[in-house]
Amino acid sequence: MAYSEKVIDHYSEPRNVGSLDKSDNSVGTGLVGAPECGDVMKLQIQVDPETKEIVDAKFKTFGCGSAIASSSLATEWVKGKSIDEAMSIQNTEIVEELSLPPVKIHCSVLAEDAIKAAITDYKSRNQD
Amino acid sequence: MKLPIYLDYNATTPVDPQVVEAMMPFFTESFGNAASRNHAFGWQVEQVVEDARESIGSAIGASGKEIVFTSGATESNNLAILGVAEFYQKKGKHIITSPIEHKAVIDPCQALEQRGYEITFLDVDKDGCIDLKQLEESIREDTILVSLMAGNNEIGTLNPLKEIGEITRAKGVIFHTDATQAVGKIPIDVDEMKIDLLSMTAHKMYGPKGVGALYVRRKKPRVRLSPIMFGGGHERGMRSGTLNVTGIVGFAKALELSISEISSEAERLIGLRQRLFERLSAELDYIFLNGHPTQRLPNNLNLSFGYVEGESLMMGVSDLAVSSGSACTSASLEPSYVLRALGVGDDLAHSSIRFGMGRFTTVEEVDYTADKIIVAVKRLREMSPLYEMVKEGVDLSTVEWSSH
Repeated sequence: MAYSEKVIDHYSEPRNVGSLDKSDNSVGTGLVGAPECGDVMKLQIQVDPETKEIVDAKFKTFGCGSAIASSSLATEWVKGKSIDEAMSIQNTEIVEELSLPPVKIHCSVLAEDAIKAAITDYKSRNQD
Repeated sequence: MKLPIYLDYNATTPVDPQVVEAMMPFFTESFGNAASRNHAFGWQVEQVVEDARESIGSAIGASGKEIVFTSGATESNNLAILGVAEFYQKKGKHIITSPIEHKAVIDPCQALEQRGYEITFLDVDKDGCIDLKQLEESIREDTILVSLMAGNNEIGTLNPLKEIGEITRAKGVIFHTDATQAVGKIPIDVDEMKIDLLSMTAHKMYGPKGVGALYVRRKKPRVRLSPIMFGGGHERGMRSGTLNVTGIVGFAKALELSISEISSEAERLIGLRQRLFERLSAELDYIFLNGHPTQRLPNNLNLSFGYVEGESLMMGVSDLAVSSGSACTSASLEPSYVLRALGVGDDLAHSSIRFGMGRFTTVEEVDYTADKIIVAVKRLREMSPLYEMVKEGVDLSTVEWSSH
């Protein structure tokens, strides 16, 4: 299968690989997928408690090149956004940006799920 | 050293230049149809084909008369299974095979299932080995065929052909083996191993694609087949169609070359295989061998690199041509059915890489491969949430995953 240039770029130089302290209340962690399905994504966000802006994001992904690229792109996109704005990111935008073929659309769905899971986790830790 | 490095010899092999040379005259000068009985163009190639038949037969301990030329192993397997099923249907409709056979065996068996035949799939253990006792117990009055491969194309595990042949012969059941990966790599003797039908193909042994053969035993016992293709009655009615003379000449030459160096080449390949495995094992943890540690094809190494997905690993070593059992490399999104049948977890099936070495593989290439794989696995583990969790002491089987 031929990969798009953007997938290769994110795979070769993934943005924001790493981990944030998941016990920190300003951090939300999303862990989605399953090893037996061949994809697991961990996406973390750090939120400014005052402005509710995502100030940092990190990911680690077990999965194919498209899964790695989708999660790398997701961390780039959520940074600087409010949690509400990040919540509205759609998998179709990721598909378009990375030119993912139909067989790889599930990678983008997983990345969207990972963003939502991280925000949900953050919110559950910071209920008013 | 030339890049990319080809390490997919279990998929196909380059044609040896000596084979190409042997084939050349039969494209343009000696182009006759071997079935043309009434002129010199036909006689000439008929003799060449008969010589090739004899040579191929003798490489497996058979006579030339027992060789039926086909388009390759898929056709040979189909002819063996469908041909026996049709011819012996009055005797019975029960066939025994295994779940890790090539699809060219499994699919015809399943097609027969739709037509009222019963198929028994033997169990295989974690190394891909069958249980001979179970084989023996599975044979019934109405069993007409046992089809078990010589060497597995994915994991390399060898079946004990001689022991299988003892059982099937004693029970009076026809024994077919798909020896696509084994012929020319390990010694095969159809009499000693009591094999009745054997499939092979030229392109796995440095011959051209599109030509293969089915060995069909003529004596003690004589095996009969119904044809699956009809036409001019070539190959004693078992396989109609103008003979692929160039292909057959190349096939015979390729097998002759492979047989002439079979033991030294096997030894060399086992050395390369061990070297690759040892180099990788020395640098990487959570690395698992798929298939039997010793009873395997000399040129096949199948490894799972825990917590790294196979396709992403292949992407990281783009100057190596290897293959993976990962779902992502297939259209089905299902990981390898062979690894599944072995009880390898789906997570490790997704992490598997098959290295196939061959005649033109060098030590230098093996070392380069090991270095590349080590770097790529380490890099991908740095970004693997699973590797991180395992290193933190998390038992992954206790995690509630959100499957999708």
